[in-house]
Amino acid sequence: MSWQAQLEQPRSAWSAASHLAHWQPKLVRIWALVKKETRQMIRDPASIAMGVVLPVILILLFGFGLSLDVKDVPIAVVLEESSPEALGVVAGLQLSPYFHPQIVRSMPAAQELILERKVDGIVRIPADFARRVSAGDAEIQVILHGSDANRARIIQAYVQGAIGAWSQRQAAEGHGMAVGPVLVQNRLWFNDANDSHYFLVPGLIVLVMTLIGAFLTSMVVAREWERGTFEALFVTPVRSDEILLGKTIPYFGLGMLGLSLCVLSAQYLFDVPLRGSLWVLLSASMLYVLVGLGIGLLISSAVKNQLIASQLTMLATFMPAFMLSGFLFDLRSMPAAIRVITYLLPARYYVALLQTVFLAGDIWSVILPNAAVLAAMMGLLSLGSRVVTRKRLG
Amino acid sequence: MLASFKRIVALTRKELLAVLKDRRARNSLLLPPIIQCLIFGYAATYDLNHVPYAVLDQDRTAASRELLAGLDGAGVFERVANLQRQADISKVIDERRALLVMQINRDFEKRLLSGNTADVQLIADGRNSNTAGTATGYVNAVVENFNSKWRSAHAQAGPPVSVTARAWYNPNFETRWNMIPGMIGTLTLLQTLMLTAMSVAREREQGTFDQLLVTPMRPFELMAGKALPSILIGTIQATGVLLVAQLWFHIPFAGSFFTLYSGLLMFVLAAVGIGLLISAVSYTMQQAMLFSFLIIMPFTLLSGLTTPLRNMPLALQYFTLLNPLRYAIDITQRVYLEGATLVRLLPDLWPLAVIATLTLSSASWMFRHRLQ
Repeated sequence: MSWQAQLEQPRSAWSAASHLAHWQPKLVRIWALVKKETRQMIRDPASIAMGVVLPVILILLFGFGLSLDVKDVPIAVVLEESSPEALGVVAGLQLSPYFHPQIVRSMPAAQELILERKVDGIVRIPADFARRVSAGDAEIQVILHGSDANRARIIQAYVQGAIGAWSQRQAAEGHGMAVGPVLVQNRLWFNDANDSHYFLVPGLIVLVMTLIGAFLTSMVVAREWERGTFEALFVTPVRSDEILLGKTIPYFGLGMLGLSLCVLSAQYLFDVPLRGSLWVLLSASMLYVLVGLGIGLLISSAVKNQLIASQLTMLATFMPAFMLSGFLFDLRSMPAAIRVITYLLPARYYVALLQTVFLAGDIWSVILPNAAVLAAMMGLLSLGSRVVTRKRLG
Repeated sequence: MLASFKRIVALTRKELLAVLKDRRARNSLLLPPIIQCLIFGYAATYDLNHVPYAVLDQDRTAASRELLAGLDGAGVFERVANLQRQADISKVIDERRALLVMQINRDFEKRLLSGNTADVQLIADGRNSNTAGTATGYVNAVVENFNSKWRSAHAQAGPPVSVTARAWYNPNFETRWNMIPGMIGTLTLLQTLMLTAMSVAREREQGTFDQLLVTPMRPFELMAGKALPSILIGTIQATGVLLVAQLWFHIPFAGSFFTLYSGLLMFVLAAVGIGLLISAVSYTMQQAMLFSFLIIMPFTLLSGLTTPLRNMPLALQYFTLLNPLRYAIDITQRVYLEGATLVRLLPDLWPLAVIATLTLSSASWMFRHRLQ
C-alpha cells in the first residue's frame, strides 16, 4: 500500500492491524513536516545566524575573552626607601606571576597612575620600613581602585599572600612569628587549579541552549504567525500535536548540535573535565532544550509578533540565564524576593545539573531533584503549547 | 536652513508618534530597563551575605569554640551541620548543602598553647570558584581577627609586617556600587540599538522608505530625523535606570550630573549611530534584529562589566576599543565613584565621538546609496 493510500484510509477502524495503519500515516505526516522544517531552517540565514554563528561566537568569547583569573595585574609600588628589606618585598612581588609591578618614587606619581587606570593598585612601602621591621611593627599600605570591587578584593588577597610569603622568610631568620598562630589551609574542591573556565563552561552551555531552544523557536514561530503560514498548516490534515512535533524535532536537533559543539570545546579548547557521565549530561540538556522550546512556542503563540516575541523571550529566558541562574552570581546571597523568581526559571536547575555533572560527578542527590523539576516544567509546557496551537483562527 | 530644520522636526515627530502611539510598544521601551535594573541590581553582585558551612571539630576545646564563634558571629556564615567523621565532608559538599567545611584537628588548642602554629583545613565547593574564593576570603578575615586577639591575650609577637588595604571610592568592596552604574549604559544600549536598527528596516520592509527618499529631505536630514527620536528615547531610558540607582539603591554619587549626562549623550549618539548603520544595511526587520543581536552579544560580554577587560587577550582588548559600552561603563562608574571631571574622562569621550561621527555619517551615506 502506498503512503498516499494510507493517508486516505479512515481512522475509525480499530483492530490490531489498523492500529499500525493508524500510526503509520501519522508518522508519515510528522516526517514530512520535519523534512520541511529542516529545509526551511537550513535555508533561512536567520536560523543559521542564531543557531550556529551566535553559539560559535559565544564559545570563542567565553573561551578566550572572559576570565576572572588574576594574572599579570599592573600595580604601582611606591618605594620610599631602598633598604634590603624593602627591596626584598619588591622582589617578592616581581617574582609573583600575579603582578606586574611598576616602581615609582612618590605617592602622587602612583596616584596619577591609578587615576589614569594604568595600574589597578598601589603597594606603598613607607620610608621607615626597615627600622620598623626590626621593631616588629612595620606596615605596608595597599590601595586599590574600587571601581571593580570583586577584582579589588581578589588582588588584595594576592598582595597579602605575596607579602605573607616574604614575611615568612623573614621569620625563618628569627624576626618573630610570621603567620598565625592559626593558619588556614585552603582546598578548592572540584577546581584545584582555580581556573575560571571551570565555572564559565556551564554558563556557556546554558546560554547557548537558551539561545537555540527558546529564542530561535520563538522568533521562527512568531514569524509563521505573522505571515499566516501557521494558519495555512491548519487546513492540512496534520493535527496540532503533529505540527508541534514537526516544529520541535529540527530545533531539538539543532540544540543537540550546539550542545556537542560546547562539550567538545569544553574538553579540547578549555580543558574542562567531564567528571560525570555523558548520558546524564545529554539527558539533562535534552530536558532543558525541550523546556526552552516550550517557552519559545508559548510566547510566540501568545504574542504572534516577531519583535515583541523576541524581546519577551530575551527578558524571560536569556537575561535570566545570564544573571539569575547561579552560574556567575551566587543565588544564596540574593534577597528572598529575587530567589523566589529564580525558582521559576529553568536555567537555575540546568546550571546546578551542569556544574555537578561537569565538575563533581554523578551525584544523584543533586541530579535527580533538579532533573525532576525540569521534567515537570516540560510536562506543563507541552500541555500549554498544545492548548495554544490548537487549530483555531483569529 | 530653517526649512531643513523644519523637515527634521517633522520627521522626528512622525517617528516618535510611530513608536509611542502603541501602548504595548510604549511600555516595552521604559518598563524592561527599570525592571531589569531592579532585579539585576540585587542579583548581580559578587558579594556574599549567606554562606552555609559545616564544621568538623575534632578538638572541641575552648580555643576551637572561640574560633567557630567568630565565624558564627560574623553574620555571613550559617552553620548547617556539625560533622562527626571525615567521611561526612564530601557528602555535605557534594550535595551542595554547605559551601565550606572547616576542619579543626585534634591538637588545635594544644599547639596554640605551646606557641606553635595550628592548621585548620578549609574545604570549599569549587563548582563556582569565584564564589568559593570570596567565601574563603571572608573566613581568612575572621581567622586573622582571632589570631590578633590570641596574640595580644598571650603576649605573642605578631608578624613583622602587617598589610593594611584600602579600596578607594568603594571602601567596603561592594560590587553593587560598580554593577549598577555599569547597568545604566548596558540596559540603554540593549534597547536603543534594537529600536534604532528597526527604524529604517521597518520602512524598507513596508516600502515607505522609498517614499521618504522622494521627499525633499536630504540624506543628512533623514539621518537626523531618524536619530533624534532614538537619542531622546535612549536618554529617557538612561534616566529611568539612573533614577532606580539613585532613589532605590542609593548608590553614592560623587560627580556631577552635567558630566554624567554629557558622557551618556555621547554614548547614546554612538549607539544610535551603530543602530542606524545596521538599519541601513538590512532589508528586513528580521535582519536588523539579527544584526543587532550579533553586535549586542559581544559588546555586553566584552564591556568589562562582568569580567575585567585586562584579563582578555590582547587582540580582544583591541576589539573592545570599538565598543561604545566599554567607554560608557567607565564613564558612569568613574563619575559615580571618583567624581571624575570631563577632562579626566576625555580618553573615554573622544573615542565615543569618533564612533558616533563615523557611524552616523556612513549611515546617512548608505541611505542614499543603497537603493535597489
